[in-house]
Amino acid sequence: MTAAEDPFIPLPYCVGRVRRETGDTASLELLPLAGPRPSFKAGQFNMLTAFGVGEVAISMSGDPAETEGFVHTVRNVGAVSGALARLETGAALGLRGPFGTAWPTEEAIGADVLIVAGGLGLAPLRPAIYEVLARRERYGRVVLLYGTRSPRDILYRAEMGRWRRRLDVDIEITVDHADPAWHGNVGVVPRLIPRMSFDPQNTFAMVCGPEVMMRFTASALHEAGVSFERIWISMERNMKCAIGLCGHCQFGPDFICKDGPVMRYDRIASLLAVREI
Amino acid sequence: MEGLERIVLAHPFFAGFEAELGQVVSGCARNLRFETGQYLFRAGDEANEIFLIRQGVVSIEIAAPGQKPTVFATEREGEIVGAAWMVPPYRWRFDARATSLTRAIGIDARCLREKCEADDHLGYEMMKRFLPVVARRLDETRLQMLDVYGKQSA
Ligand SMILES: Cc1cc2nc3c(=O)[nH]c(=O)nc-3n(C[C@H](O)[C@H](O)[C@H](O)COP(=O)(O)OP(=O)(O)OC[C@H]3O[C@@H](n4cnc5c(N)ncnc54)[C@H](O)[C@@H]3O)c2cc1C
Ligand code: FES
Repeated sequence: MTAAEDPFIPLPYCVGRVRRETGDTASLELLPLAGPRPSFKAGQFNMLTAFGVGEVAISMSGDPAETEGFVHTVRNVGAVSGALARLETGAALGLRGPFGTAWPTEEAIGADVLIVAGGLGLAPLRPAIYEVLARRERYGRVVLLYGTRSPRDILYRAEMGRWRRRLDVDIEITVDHADPAWHGNVGVVPRLIPRMSFDPQNTFAMVCGPEVMMRFTASALHEAGVSFERIWISMERNMKCAIGLCGHCQFGPDFICKDGPVMRYDRIASLLAVREI
Repeated sequence: MEGLERIVLAHPFFAGFEAELGQVVSGCARNLRFETGQYLFRAGDEANEIFLIRQGVVSIEIAAPGQKPTVFATEREGEIVGAAWMVPPYRWRFDARATSLTRAIGIDARCLREKCEADDHLGYEMMKRFLPVVARRLDETRLQMLDVYGKQSA
């Protein structure tokens, strides 16, 4: 079996461009050192190896339509993510993937699309945003709500600015706190939902962020009339094999690496409140 | 129906409010306009008015001596500013500042408190409207306190 066929063997990649997004977060373009880059779907993730440190799951944050490299946005929260976020152009790393389920951008054709991101949760949603915007005429209203900690922590600032100038997308950003120089919203992201106009009966909601934020968002969406079957969230659990064998990422009857990370809310809502899971 | 009464009842906060009660509340109301940067109230002032925002944005701020104020909430069209009018000693705990031209209905808090004391039904209807706002703000504050986007909280 070759490395390309064995899902346990990382393939060699190198870092192309690096973009420092915020103080602790960087977007890395990863180019294959051998063979073509596999295709991926919006919402999927790769296992990235920082040599000599370890391997972690990181979602794709780039455009699925682009074929050259993978783009990943990594936040330094510990040993492995820190080593990855510090990589410079030309550095080598290992990559296995893509793994996992995708955002329902196909199913949502013809419906309104409501994308709700919290903090780094914007990264796994960005490929879905690219897909929706590339076929904008096939969707109803498109709304993007983004909540983060403070104005300093806003991801993809320039790109957000470009999207905000489009007349066919409604974008609202909110921060948890700010100084008075900030002229945008202050407050939690679920608060923005009742202010937006969309047809709750015909909306697909895609939500990604910390679990507490996703729970509050799902209940605000439900209050606004969106059924749980139309809400999709992306889950995070520690991963090891990423192919449904080791059980590290088990969540109730599911394995997040294989049955997720993108999951329909009605399938997992009751488990989200259980502490031991 | 008088113009002011119509405006009061058209505000989402009073959705479904009985017309007669609307008339009573409107007796305590006035139209207000705040320029960008103007304060609706400052921390420590007497909480003598409730503001129903009709247009514009109001930021709710807290300031520690010698430091820049921190904005922890913004309220906009369709929302209300001020709950301290209900709770003795009726003093504002935060600053509220218009961050754009803001039009609001101001309801005199002393006038409303007296009317609520005199009419239990009105008092209960007002409680039914204020309590969800207060409960929602408590939830939101808890969520902000959890600092869910911070490093320790994933
Ligand atoms: C499907 C999936 C997709 C993911 N996508 C991304 C992504 O696009 N970008 C990205 O940066 N991360 C992503 N993650 C999270 C990433 O895998 C973890 O941050 C990483 O495993 C942490 O490993 P570490 O060795 O750096 O830190 P560890 O030593 O494992 O953890 C260090 C500290 O950070 C805390 N921590 C762990 N994970 C997180 C987190 N996600 N956020 C905040 N604090 C955390 C831990 O509680 C601990 O206190 C994803 C995870 C999964 C399962
Ligand atoms: S990571 Fe091994 S089963 Fe999911």
